[in-house]
Amino acid sequence: MNFFTELREGLMISWSAIRANKLRSVLTTLGIIIGIVTVTLMGTAIAGLNNSFLTSISSIGADVLYVDRASWIIQSTKEWIESQKRPVISLETADTLERQMSLAQAIVPVAQNDEPVKYKKRSSSDVNIIGTTEQFQLTSGFNVAQGRFLSAAECAGGRPVCVIGSEIATNLFQRDPALGEKILVANQAFEVVGVLDKQGGFGDNGGADNEVIVPLPQFNNAFLDQPDYEIQVKVKQLDQLDDAREELRNLLRKIRHLAPGQPDNFTINEQDQFLEIFHKVAGTIGAVGLFITGLSLFVGGIGIMNIMFVSVAERTREIGVRKAIGAKRRTILLQFLIEAACICLIGGIIALGIAWVATLALQKIMPAQMSPMIVAVSLFVSLLTGVLSGFFPAWRAARMNPVDALRNE
Amino acid sequence: MSLIRLKEISRRYQMGAETVHALRGVSLEIQRGEYVAIMGPSGSGKSTLMNLVGCLDTPTGGTYELNGSQVSEMNENQLAEIRNREIGFVFQTFNLLPRSDALRNVELPLVYAGISSHERRQIAQDALRSVGLADRVHHKPNELSGGQRQRVAVARALVNKPSILLADEPTGNLDSKTGTEIMALFQQLADKGNTIILVTHEEEVALHAARIIRIRDGLIASDEPVMK
Repeated sequence: MNFFTELREGLMISWSAIRANKLRSVLTTLGIIIGIVTVTLMGTAIAGLNNSFLTSISSIGADVLYVDRASWIIQSTKEWIESQKRPVISLETADTLERQMSLAQAIVPVAQNDEPVKYKKRSSSDVNIIGTTEQFQLTSGFNVAQGRFLSAAECAGGRPVCVIGSEIATNLFQRDPALGEKILVANQAFEVVGVLDKQGGFGDNGGADNEVIVPLPQFNNAFLDQPDYEIQVKVKQLDQLDDAREELRNLLRKIRHLAPGQPDNFTINEQDQFLEIFHKVAGTIGAVGLFITGLSLFVGGIGIMNIMFVSVAERTREIGVRKAIGAKRRTILLQFLIEAACICLIGGIIALGIAWVATLALQKIMPAQMSPMIVAVSLFVSLLTGVLSGFFPAWRAARMNPVDALRNE
Repeated sequence: MSLIRLKEISRRYQMGAETVHALRGVSLEIQRGEYVAIMGPSGSGKSTLMNLVGCLDTPTGGTYELNGSQVSEMNENQLAEIRNREIGFVFQTFNLLPRSDALRNVELPLVYAGISSHERRQIAQDALRSVGLADRVHHKPNELSGGQRQRVAVARALVNKPSILLADEPTGNLDSKTGTEIMALFQQLADKGNTIILVTHEEEVALHAARIIRIRDGLIASDEPVMK
């Protein structure tokens, strides 16, 4: 008998066995369903988190270096205290860099402050106010949905105008047109000249959608005269990033008169740092999460093994008859393996259905995403659980002595 | 040449510390087309002999030649093939698969022989017709009477055209009327030239055969033809 016919026979026999013990099959399948649902949901949550983070981080350009007083990722209190003692980054530094740096395409000073924003009766507190130049559009990569970005003339002095994030636009204007209207930022009036595209990403705060961008001179006048700047440096070519970072670092050390051997009193931040730490954190969350949810799948697998042992014991006589009629060990082994695999696969398919609905619900509170990859992996894992947990019972069945099996009552 | 040739067959079982000698050197030949009854009280070793002849078990001593091949030296897979090809079993308790209909039960040996589904359906239907159950092919065992069930079992035993039909107390679970019917069926099969080995402890049943072999204490006590 060839493998294909054995497989088909095995499927037929398993199906009738599963149907013959409906309640038992349902209960056993339930264990697998729960296991696969938890594992799949964990997978979708991790995938969603990953995706959402990558969307968020894409607003930090890969070809942009960010000069800050402190590192974005502070790993100890000591490091934080040390960075707080560093001198603030001044506008003059940005001007000097502008004149001297050769590998930069744009050098953009950025100042930030949180202020309440108001339009008529509607208001929004804790909005991120950014004071910068027209070149900020280059480093940020923001696209304007309506109107235009700040002009060079406006940034050199000029009128109090602003570009607002999509969330601010929705909050303050709802469906009304925002262009040309005046909003109050900490009681200073700014005319809206542009609305940004929705940027996405997670978090209600700090996202680019909750920003108001104003010309730097206006920012200095209205909010902070001597803020702690961040200087954003967009390099000419991505493959020169390392050289540009080196040039930038040397220039900064020169500007700050640092002697050789003295540590840097500034930090050059970039996208990679976030990616690195994110991969570390996401990897740990993923591993721990999958391990814990995997435990429930393991319990489901033990359930399958248990029920397969019962099934084999119950059908000892049938096994004897089949052997007497000419079934080989392999045939019997395959028959029970297929039965276990079928139970698990059915469980897996039902579980995916449940997980799909649950993912839709989950998306309301957190990013979650069910990819074809997760579906494939879940089905494979459920099949594997069936084969692994069915193996010992099937092996026991296959090795039965036909004489003893036939004698069994 | 004999279909079955047993030479000095012995079979020991280890029961804890004790060794049980179920067979103590049995030599026996059965020719093609013979109708033989094996008789003996319980514990005499007749079941062990039947299991060995049916290739369900292997002897601890002696040789067994079935249809020209040495069975006593075969491994499990080879034994499974021999059982499939050479032996048709009929059991006291029928041993049909409860969830499968008559046709499917009869098809089973053909499935293990690797015959295509279309062909085996045809063969199985013919086999059921030959035992008088052409109108019961899609009945499950629990929808059939005891006699009908045993007929399905006989059809299953014959479907692969085996060398031996091996029946273990085939009337043990039947009332005397259906028992008689089954014995008449066996007689028909014997008349058609099938080799039948009947294991029983009922004198009346054994008398249907042409030759009676009596086993006692693991040895052949007598082996004589039946006077009719």
